[in-house]
Amino acid sequence: MSVTPLFEAKAISKRFGDFTANDKVDFAINPGEIHALLGENGAGKSTFVKMVYGVLQPDDGQFYFQGQPVSLSGPQAARAMGIGMVFQHFSQFEALSVAENIQLAMDQNESLEALSRRIESLSQAYGIPIAADKLVADLSVGEQQRVEILRCLLQSPKLLIMDEPTSVLTPQETEQLFTVIRQLADEGCAILFISHKLDEIKALCKQATILRGGKKIDTLDSETHSKHQIAEMMVGTSISAITRKAGAIGTKSLFEAKGLSRPADGPFDITLSDISFSLYEGQILGIAGISGNGQDELMGALTGEWRDPSLIAHLSIGTDDLRTLSPEERRRKGVGFIPEDRNGHAAVPSMRLTENSLMTSHSAPEMTKKGLIADDVLADKTRQIIADYDVRTPEANPLASSLSGGNLQKFVVGREIARAPKVLIVSQPTWGVDIGAAQLIRSALLSLAQQGSAIFMISQDLEEIFAISSHIAVLHDGHLSATYELEEMTPEKVGLLMGGAQGERA
Amino acid sequence: MITLEKRTSVPQWLRYATPLLAIGVTILLGGVIFAVLGYDAPKALSVFFLSPLSRADQIADLFVKACPLIIIGTGLVFCYRANIWNIGAEGQLVLGALGAGWVALSFPDATSYSILILMALAAMAAGALWALIPAFLRVRFSTNEILVSLMLTYVASLLIDWLVRGPWRDPMSFGFPLTPLYADAALIPPMILPVVGRIGQLHWGVPLALLIAVIAGIIMRRTLAGYQVRLFGEAPRAAKFAGFSPSKVTIGVMMVSGALAGLAGAVEVSANIGQLQPNISFGFGFTAIIVAFLARLNPMAVILAGLVVALAELGGDAAQISLGVPKVVTGLFKGLLLFMLLAGETWTNFKISVGRKS
Repeated sequence: MSVTPLFEAKAISKRFGDFTANDKVDFAINPGEIHALLGENGAGKSTFVKMVYGVLQPDDGQFYFQGQPVSLSGPQAARAMGIGMVFQHFSQFEALSVAENIQLAMDQNESLEALSRRIESLSQAYGIPIAADKLVADLSVGEQQRVEILRCLLQSPKLLIMDEPTSVLTPQETEQLFTVIRQLADEGCAILFISHKLDEIKALCKQATILRGGKKIDTLDSETHSKHQIAEMMVGTSISAITRKAGAIGTKSLFEAKGLSRPADGPFDITLSDISFSLYEGQILGIAGISGNGQDELMGALTGEWRDPSLIAHLSIGTDDLRTLSPEERRRKGVGFIPEDRNGHAAVPSMRLTENSLMTSHSAPEMTKKGLIADDVLADKTRQIIADYDVRTPEANPLASSLSGGNLQKFVVGREIARAPKVLIVSQPTWGVDIGAAQLIRSALLSLAQQGSAIFMISQDLEEIFAISSHIAVLHDGHLSATYELEEMTPEKVGLLMGGAQGERA
Repeated sequence: MITLEKRTSVPQWLRYATPLLAIGVTILLGGVIFAVLGYDAPKALSVFFLSPLSRADQIADLFVKACPLIIIGTGLVFCYRANIWNIGAEGQLVLGALGAGWVALSFPDATSYSILILMALAAMAAGALWALIPAFLRVRFSTNEILVSLMLTYVASLLIDWLVRGPWRDPMSFGFPLTPLYADAALIPPMILPVVGRIGQLHWGVPLALLIAVIAGIIMRRTLAGYQVRLFGEAPRAAKFAGFSPSKVTIGVMMVSGALAGLAGAVEVSANIGQLQPNISFGFGFTAIIVAFLARLNPMAVILAGLVVALAELGGDAAQISLGVPKVVTGLFKGLLLFMLLAGETWTNFKISVGRKS
């Protein structure tokens, strides 16, 4: 018999109403093991780890810690046992220092000086550079995450859960994080690492447990299985890779933005400074960058939801000045937009698909007849989008909320591409969708570009940026870098720009 | 422990069943209240809810009572659908009555019914402008339209009080706070139906109210204007992305509801009173809030909801006369109904489970 696992879960189930988020999930992790928990969005990863950390209670099943059955009544009980967790979306008090933030989160009382000393010594021991007296507001997202990790380390965890820790990191920061994780594992700490990025899993983890639709599919050796094999297990069907065909990129500029600035609305908004770019026929310009570096602000300025002609030197499609136009007027000029959030921004969950398709076409003359909405035209148009973009719907004209994330995103993307925009401006086109939907959306974007349209694609997914962009630029702290050709870019170069290094002008 | 779980899908029948259930529970609790107060509960309930339906002229009066509620409620539906909370319809009603009254008093010798059209336009303009104040303040300074519209109601009632006691008072009124009577042409005529003739107090304002509710239903469901209002209420960011202006929607729905409240004020005075006096409304502007919610913010259903609430009003009068039940019981019933509606709303959207699963 092998050693008793450090932590074990047997037949854990969790239901939310009619929805089963975890269905009899088994899981075991040994001391010093780096174990990946893999699955698509909605596969039940977050639900599972929240139960391990005591945030949620399982409906069925039993947890074991060092062989003993345990019940984790809350995070405090989990921490007392030696379980720590670094959340994907952590919240810190911006106006407090690093040490003060950590002090607030500690279960025991400890003086600020003593705590600061312990923070400093830990940060040296693990090579995590952080100053205990710095204000959190002055830290980057990556640095804030280090604070979270230090907070967990102070409690000398035996099991550390990390929920998608690399989603806010540059490639270089990711490498540094991996060094820390490996050192922790060498010291005997078990790491449960959640991700959907297969490259990282292969680089870091020895074991991987795959969840799909709330069920455990398999636990396998991640070193002997290929990325493709693992991906197919996550999705449950075979997938074919899409590749960018080198389409011709015209010399005619379709869209011009020059000297676009936008002051921050609130203390946590980003100021956009002097953003300029051009889009050419057939081009896909990928905009890399970590979230919170001005993506939302830039998107709002391009759609026209925010507009102030005095702060934008130039914004045009062809010869048409767009600066004073509303989003719908910009669409009429041939620009399409797909904002990141499909729940309440790009689409309305509580409305039917026909009403959702009307959102971006309501000023088209064929949409109204004698002052009334042309329901038949709208229904035809909606049916066409559903058919062309393989949107799986429970009924002919369902509420948007009854569609899965991937299907709703296919609908939203299809709705815009169906209008055949000359320029498409899109943010996070495949955020939180399954691999199948992501493939379909990316190939739809590629074929739009091949027909001569230009695409401006903001994405935090570097894999996506490199998969379909013809050109790459990086948004950092409200500044947009120069535009580089795909061939002259590497993930390392992009990473440097994402971290704020100044590239030479191309 | 009681826990609420959001329903993933709401069955259609439940949406329609909850207002009916709310009415049923209100009646049931009403019986309990009557019993506690020492009245014969079944008798009190039958006087309250059945006697106003026992004769044709009483049913006609039910429509007359519901008329202002339907007109105001229809306007409020537009506001509430857009998530704009106009609580000041009562004040807008008063301003509408003043606008119409100003026209009527300016032409004391009018003989043509076309003065009614002029009065309606003046009433709608006055109500809309009164509602524009909270709308503008919200758009420009982000003030809370609930507070501003509500406070303006008190300003409006002081304004009418001053006018009928001061500048507009009839010198022949022996000191009573009343304006002169309107000219006959400025009074909404009673409806003379074929065969049966005149029934109860039925007047031409009633079909107008029904027409307004039906047209509003078509606007809400089938036009871009209605779509804009619904989109704005469901998801303001999506409405902005669609290219609609939040300021225009806010001002639009406030002015529409103000105009309709104003029209209701003009109809009420011109059909039932014939002159201005300090009290021209029995809280129609507030009662219409209940009507709008009872109708689940659906303009056509406002007709039915208006009739139900009017029934409670008339029943209250009947119970007061024949049983000596205090008038405040009517208010109690209305409050009870609103509470039950809100509870029903919660129940529609959430599953309620008692106790904790282990």
